Amino acid sequence: MSTVFIAFQTNEDTRPIVESILADNPHASLEEQPAMVKINAEDQLVIRRESIEERIGRDFDLQELQVNLITISGHLDEDDDTFTLSWKN
Amino acid sequence: MQIDLRTVAIKPLRNTFDHLVERFGDKPASRYQEGSYNIQQESVFHYRPAWDADNVLFDKKRTKIQMKDWYALKDPRQYYYGSYTIARARQQDAAESIFDMVEERGLAELIPAEQKQIALDILVPMRHAEWGGNMGNAYISAYGYGTVITQACLYHSMDHLGVAQYLTRIGLVLDGPDALDKAKDDWMDGALWQPMRRHVENLLVLEDWFEIFVAQNLVLEGLSYPLFYDHLDSEFSANGGTAISMMTRFMGEWAGETAKWVDAQIKVAAAESPENKAVLSDWVKQYRAVTLDALTPLAKRALGDKAAGVLEDVLTEFNARCAKLGLAV
Repeated sequence: MSTVFIAFQTNEDTRPIVESILADNPHASLEEQPAMVKINAEDQLVIRRESIEERIGRDFDLQELQVNLITISGHLDEDDDTFTLSWKN
Repeated sequence: MQIDLRTVAIKPLRNTFDHLVERFGDKPASRYQEGSYNIQQESVFHYRPAWDADNVLFDKKRTKIQMKDWYALKDPRQYYYGSYTIARARQQDAAESIFDMVEERGLAELIPAEQKQIALDILVPMRHAEWGGNMGNAYISAYGYGTVITQACLYHSMDHLGVAQYLTRIGLVLDGPDALDKAKDDWMDGALWQPMRRHVENLLVLEDWFEIFVAQNLVLEGLSYPLFYDHLDSEFSANGGTAISMMTRFMGEWAGETAKWVDAQIKVAAAESPENKAVLSDWVKQYRAVTLDALTPLAKRALGDKAAGVLEDVLTEFNARCAKLGLAV
């Protein structure tokens, strides 16, 4: 078992993103640091465009994540609908 | 001397306002929630208004529609003042550059005379109907109940003014200031426009604000926008009037965006109770018939022989949309 993680700046924009990641990944854990939120998860972490859109009420391009992204660890598999971190590759 | 830097995490003492904690629990609230929820004035109205002594200043009784929780009518776009103005400013910039381009390159002169005349006869007088939409939605935001819907209606009201201004500019680009006088005359006296004018004026005197919402935002917009900014628009493009299509781009885009909001309101209100559903369905049936009557002469002028077929398509789409919202129409 190995851990993947993603970290964002803490702000208005990332709150709904973090919320939807936690909802989609029940096994993930949240680590709040000063001005940064880090989400750790065993094996895999999936970010879904749809669940973010549901929360913010507008279309969302997953590349918008990059604006507030601090760091990630894990192999990244990205398409229009999902942004997946894992060590499977 | 040595300086050690260390980070200190400062936990906020409160996550959000108490009235939002009551509704959403003790967690940080979004800007939309802060500006929309649990802020409808419900008590301490002091005097009843002299102009409407049967009701308090903000009264749930001003419509037949009844909701247990008026905050259920939320805006899926989550527009509060900031996000609304930012979104519209961006669209305004885009529209502005389109008008600049059409004017700079003289694209209006390239439009075939026949297409230009259709735009002058149909689109430009519609600005007066848009003003009706502005008044109706302003009425809702004044007399409606529940800050989540009245706020969005005020934005919708301003949007109608914006559309009216774009239509005015189309008139100016195509034929100068005379186009506007001609359009006003058509609206006041032209036989083509009297059914529409009668309908719009009838909506101005309705008292039930949710009835205005259905008649204006669901039925009138739901039928006229697809007709003018989808079907007629493709006719313009197909016949060399691409410049007109460019200038109406905002309307098409806006109609798609706001339809989502209108749908969300109707869907929630209809699902609330069988009584609501019956009232909403009756309103749709009532206003669908008069709106179609008002649109028929305009469609004939705009689309000629194709008018009947196009109106039928528009109506089928509209009925399917209403059925999806849970209305029995």
